[in-house]
Amino acid sequence: MTALDEIKIGGLGASRKRVEDSRFIRGRGNYTDDIVLPGMLHMEILRSPLAHARIVSIDTSKAWQIPGVHLVLTGEMMATRNLAWMPTLSYDTQAVLATDKVRFQGQEVACVIADDPYIAKDACEAIEVEYEPLPVIVNPEQALAEAAPIIRDDKTGTTSNVIFNWEVGDAAGTESAFARADKISRLRLHYPRSHPSPIECCGSIADFNRATSKLTVYMTTQAPHIIRAAVALVAELPEHMIRIVSPDIGGGFGNKVPVYPGYVCSILASILLERPVKWIEDKTGNLISTGFARDIYLDGELALREDGKILAVRMHVDSDHGAFFSDAQPSKFKIGLLHSTFACYDVPVGHITARGTYTNKAPGGVAYRCSFRVTEAMFFQERMIHQAAIDLGMDAAEFRRINLVPDDAFPYRTPFGFLTDSGQYGKCLDVGLKAIGYEDFRKQQAQAKANGRLLGLGISTMTEPLGAGNSREYDILGIKMFDSAELKIHMTGKALLRTGSKSQGQGHETTWAQIVAHELGIPAEDVVVEEGDTDTAPFGMGTYASRSTPVAGAAVAMVSRKIRAKARKLAAHLLEVSEEDLEWELGRFYVRGAADRGVTITECALAAYTNMPDGMEPGLENTAYYDPPNLTWPFAVYIVTVEVDPATGVWDVLNMVAVDDCGVRINPMIVEGQIMGGLTEAYAMANMQFITFDAEGNCVGANYMDYLLPTAWETPGYELHSEVVTPSPHHPIGAKGIGECAAVGGPAAFVNAVMDAITDTGVRNIDMPLLPDRVWEAITKRRDVSGAPPVRTD
Amino acid sequence: MYPSRFRYEAPRSLEEAIRLLHEGGDEAKIMAGGQSLVPLMKLRFASPELIVDINNVPGLDYHRADPDGTLRVGALCRHADLERSDLLKQAQPTMAAAAPLIADPLVRNRGTLVGSLCHADPQGDWASVVVALGGSVVARGPGGRRAIPAAEFVTGPFENALAHDEIAVEAVIPAPVGTRSGGYLKLERRVGDFATVGVAVALETSDGSVTRAGIALTGVGGSTIAATQAAAALMGGPLTPESIERAAEAAAEAAQPRSDHRGSAEYKRHMVRTFVVRLLSRDGASVGKAA
Ligand SMILES: Cc1cc2nc3c(=O)[nH]c(=O)nc-3n(C[C@H](O)[C@H](O)[C@H](O)COP(=O)(O)OP(=O)(O)OC[C@H]3O[C@@H](n4cnc5c(N)ncnc54)[C@H](O)[C@@H]3O)c2cc1C
Repeated sequence: MTALDEIKIGGLGASRKRVEDSRFIRGRGNYTDDIVLPGMLHMEILRSPLAHARIVSIDTSKAWQIPGVHLVLTGEMMATRNLAWMPTLSYDTQAVLATDKVRFQGQEVACVIADDPYIAKDACEAIEVEYEPLPVIVNPEQALAEAAPIIRDDKTGTTSNVIFNWEVGDAAGTESAFARADKISRLRLHYPRSHPSPIECCGSIADFNRATSKLTVYMTTQAPHIIRAAVALVAELPEHMIRIVSPDIGGGFGNKVPVYPGYVCSILASILLERPVKWIEDKTGNLISTGFARDIYLDGELALREDGKILAVRMHVDSDHGAFFSDAQPSKFKIGLLHSTFACYDVPVGHITARGTYTNKAPGGVAYRCSFRVTEAMFFQERMIHQAAIDLGMDAAEFRRINLVPDDAFPYRTPFGFLTDSGQYGKCLDVGLKAIGYEDFRKQQAQAKANGRLLGLGISTMTEPLGAGNSREYDILGIKMFDSAELKIHMTGKALLRTGSKSQGQGHETTWAQIVAHELGIPAEDVVVEEGDTDTAPFGMGTYASRSTPVAGAAVAMVSRKIRAKARKLAAHLLEVSEEDLEWELGRFYVRGAADRGVTITECALAAYTNMPDGMEPGLENTAYYDPPNLTWPFAVYIVTVEVDPATGVWDVLNMVAVDDCGVRINPMIVEGQIMGGLTEAYAMANMQFITFDAEGNCVGANYMDYLLPTAWETPGYELHSEVVTPSPHHPIGAKGIGECAAVGGPAAFVNAVMDAITDTGVRNIDMPLLPDRVWEAITKRRDVSGAPPVRTD
Repeated sequence: MYPSRFRYEAPRSLEEAIRLLHEGGDEAKIMAGGQSLVPLMKLRFASPELIVDINNVPGLDYHRADPDGTLRVGALCRHADLERSDLLKQAQPTMAAAAPLIADPLVRNRGTLVGSLCHADPQGDWASVVVALGGSVVARGPGGRRAIPAAEFVTGPFENALAHDEIAVEAVIPAPVGTRSGGYLKLERRVGDFATVGVAVALETSDGSVTRAGIALTGVGGSTIAATQAAAALMGGPLTPESIERAAEAAAEAAQPRSDHRGSAEYKRHMVRTFVVRLLSRDGASVGKAA
C-alpha cells in the first residue's frame, strides 16, 4: 500500500485549476442581477447633483402618475419608519434617503419602484427637488478652516467637522529620540482617494414573503452574516426570519462590505409592496456613492543616526472620510491598522496622531484590497524610507538592510504594539535584488544619465497584519472576528464544506477543498464548497482584509481534524485495535507495525453511517469556529525599474520583481494570480487612478472614461519569486494570506522608481497618480507636486 | 443605465434614411457605430426620439482610392478596417498612425471614421487627421449631394455643419501632389482613453521642399484646431530645425488648452510643441535629432 500523492489528489501545494472558473468564463455564473423572481419589480435611485445643499422641497407627484410606478420613497417617508438614517460600522450615522440636506454629490435622495428599470428611471427624472446650495468642503484643510460650514449639523452639539482625534505610541520617548537624531527626514504627501471598483456593481433583490413572514435578500455582500445581523437591528425584523444569500460576486475589494442605502430601500419596498424588488446599481452610482478608499494626508518624520539607523518615527495624518464616518473597519482603532506602519523595521519608538474630518464627498472609507488603512501605512513607510536614504546619502537597499527586523528577533514587538510572527526579511531582499540585477542596473542608470536618459529603481519592502482578527482587538459592532467551517462527509467519502467566508473571485471553492484534501486525504474534486447563504453556512464574518485563509482557512483545517479524530475511532473499531495503536498517513489509518492493515478515510465514512461502534453517534459531520491567536504577517519585496521621458513626463516600467513570503502556499497558481492582480492595482494607483473633485464637489472620475482601470495593454509584466517560505507559527497549516500584499506594497515601488529617476532635481515628492504632467512639472519646475487641492480648472 | 424611450428604424436604403430624418426633424439621429451615441443615450445626455440605424444600408462600408489617389471612406467603414488597411499603410501615413490609437479594439470594431467626424468631439482623433490632410465630408440630403471641407464641417464642440436631414456618406482625402509623409501622436493615460493631447501632421514634399502642410490638434480646445500658422511655417522650403521650431511654437500658440484632471494648460501646450517637433523630426530626413 503506497501513500496517496498529495499533489495528485489536489492537496497542499497543488496548482489545480480553479473549479469556479469553468462557469465564470463560460458566462454561466449566477450573479445577483442574473436572478429573476416571479412578480419582481425594479428600483432606481435619484441622486443629488449637488455636493452640499439644503433640501427645500421634494415633489414626487409627477413620478407617481407614470404608469407602471408602484412606489416612490423619499427621506420623509423613511423617517416615519425610523429608517431615514442608519448606523454605520464606525459608530456614526448615515442618511439612507436625505431629509434635511444633501452632503455629497450622488447622495441618495429618493427612489422609485416600477415594473421595469426604464420606467423607474423615467420616474426618477420626473421627481422635482428644490435645493438651496451651501458652501462646499472638499478636503480636510477646508473642513478645518475657521468659518467652515458644519457638515453634520444633523447631530446636535456638533461644532466642527472633526470626527476624531486619535493617537498611539510614545510621544515623549519619540520627542527625545528626535532630539538625539543626527538627521531628520521629513515627507508630506497625499494618498489620493481611489475606488475598489469591482466590475459588478452593488445590488440586491429583497423578497419579503407575507405568507411565511420571511425576508430573503439576494445581494452583493462580502459578509452575509453581518448583513443579516444589521438588517435585524436596523429593520427590526427577527433574525431567524431573515435569509441573506450572496450568490456569485463579480469582485469586491472591500467595496461590498458596507451596508448601502440601496439595500435598505429595496428591503423596505419589498415589505411594503409584498413583491420582490430588485436594485442594481449602475457604474456611475457605484463610483460616486459607494465605499471609496484612502484619501489621507501624511506629515511624516524619521529621526536618523548618521550610520543609517532609524531612531524613531513620527507621523501625523489627516483623513478625509466624506460626509458620514462609515469606514468599514472592525478594529478598535479609529484609523484602522495605520499603526502597523514600520512593522518590518527595527524602530525603537514612535508616535502617530490621526485626525479624521468630514467633507462633502462620498462616505465609506473601505479597505480596498487591504486590511484597514494598511495600504496607507505601508505606502507612507516606504516613501519615507526612500526619502530618508536619499537624505542620508545612502543606498536605498543598504538602508533597508540596516533597519529590517533580523530573523532571530521574532516574535517581534513593533513600536506601536503589534507582535509580528515570523519572517526572513533579509533573505527576501537578497532574492529581489539579485533578480532585478541591482548592481548592473545602477551602472546602467549612471551611463544612461550621462546620455540625458532618466532610469530609476524603486524598492518597497513590507510586512502587513492579516486575518482580522483575534477577538481581543477586532469586532464588528461587538461581534468577534472569528470564522467558521462546517464539514459533512457523506457515506461514500464525498464531502460538503461550508464556511463563513465568501469568495468574490478568490477561488475558495478550489482552495478550501485543497485544505480538506491535505487534512483528510479526500481528493479535492470530491469536496464541494458552498458559501454565502446564511440559512446554510455556519456563522462567519465574511471575506475581506485577507482574512479568509488565515481565519476561515484555519477553521477548515480544524474541522477536518475534528473529522479525522472521529474517523480514528471508527478505524479502531473496524480494525479491532485501540486508537493509540493507529498511525495516520494521508487518507488512511493503519496499525502501527503492520502497515498493510489499514482502512481508508472513505471506509471510515461508510462505517459512520453503517457500522459504528456501540454508543457512538452516527454520522461524520462537524463544525469548527476559529479565533486566531494573532494576526499573520507575510513579507514582500517589490522592485521596479522605470525609464522616465524628461520631455513628456511619461514613464514606462522596464522590469518588476516581486518576492512574496506568504508562508505555506495552498494553491501556488491562485497565489500567483492574487499577486499579479494586486501588482496591477498597485500600478494603476501609481500611474493613472484617482477620484478627485472640483471646487464645487463634483466628482471627477464618475465613469470608466475618467476613472481608469489598466488594461492588459499597458500593464507591465511581473517576475514572481516564491523561494522564501516562512510558515506562520500559529496558523494550523502555516499559511499567512496573500490576497492583498501586492496592492499594499506595490504602489510605493512604482513611485520610488520614478522618484529615483529624478532624484537629481531635488524634488521630494509627487503625489499619486504620477500622471505625465505631474512628473513633467516636477522635472521642469524642480518642486514637489501635490495632487491634493481641488482639481484646477481654468 | 437606461436610456429614454425612442423609436428605432433600420432603413435599407439611403433614400429611406434621408426621408426618415426629414420627417423626424431635430429629434432624429443617425446611428452608425453607436460608440458615441449609445453611451450618451445610456447616460441620458442625449435622448433622441428617433434612431435611424444605417447599418443595413448596403455599400457604405468601403474605403478605396480613386485612380488619381483620392481616398474615399464610406460611412460604415470601421476604425478597425482602417487599422488593418494595407492601402492606408502604403499611402496614408497620418491615417495609418492614428487608426490604432483610437479607443480600444472593441470600440474600433464598431465605430466609424465618418461617425467620429459627425460627432465632432474636441477629443476625437479623426477630425484632426482629416483636417490636417485637407479632407472633406460628402453629405446627402433631400436636396442632393454637397461636399463640405473638414475644416468647416466641425462647427463647434459636438456640432457639425449638416442639416438635420442630411447624412454624411463619405469622407474624402484629396490625392497628394507631392510625396506624402506625416504622422499622429497622442498622449493618453491608458489604452482606450481619449487624447490629453493629440497632434496630426500631414506633409507633401516635392524635390525636398514642402509643398503642402497640415497640422491639427486634438483635445486642446473647444473643438479640433487647425494650426494653419504652424503649417504655413513649413511651406516652401525643406524641413529645417528652425522651421520645425517655428511650426512647433505656432502650434503651441494655436492650442487653447484648459487645466483639468488630465494636466495643466501649460503642460498640454508643451506637449503640442513636443509632438510637432517629434513628428517632423522623425519625418524629415534632412533634420537631425531635434526632439
Ligand atoms: C470607450 C470608448 C473610447 C473611445 N475612445 C476614442 C478615442 O480615443 N478617440 C476617438 O477619436 N474616439 C474615441 N471613441 C469614440 C469612437 O471613436 C466613436 O466610434 C466615434 O466617435 C463615433 O463613431 P460611430 O460610428 O460610433 O458614431 P455613432 O455613435 O453612431 O454616432 C455619433 C454621432 O454622429 C452622428 N452620425 C454618425 N454617423 C453619421 C452619418 N453618417 N451622418 C450623419 N451623422 C452621423 C450620430 O447621429 C451621432 O450624433 C471612443 C468611444 C468609446 C465608447
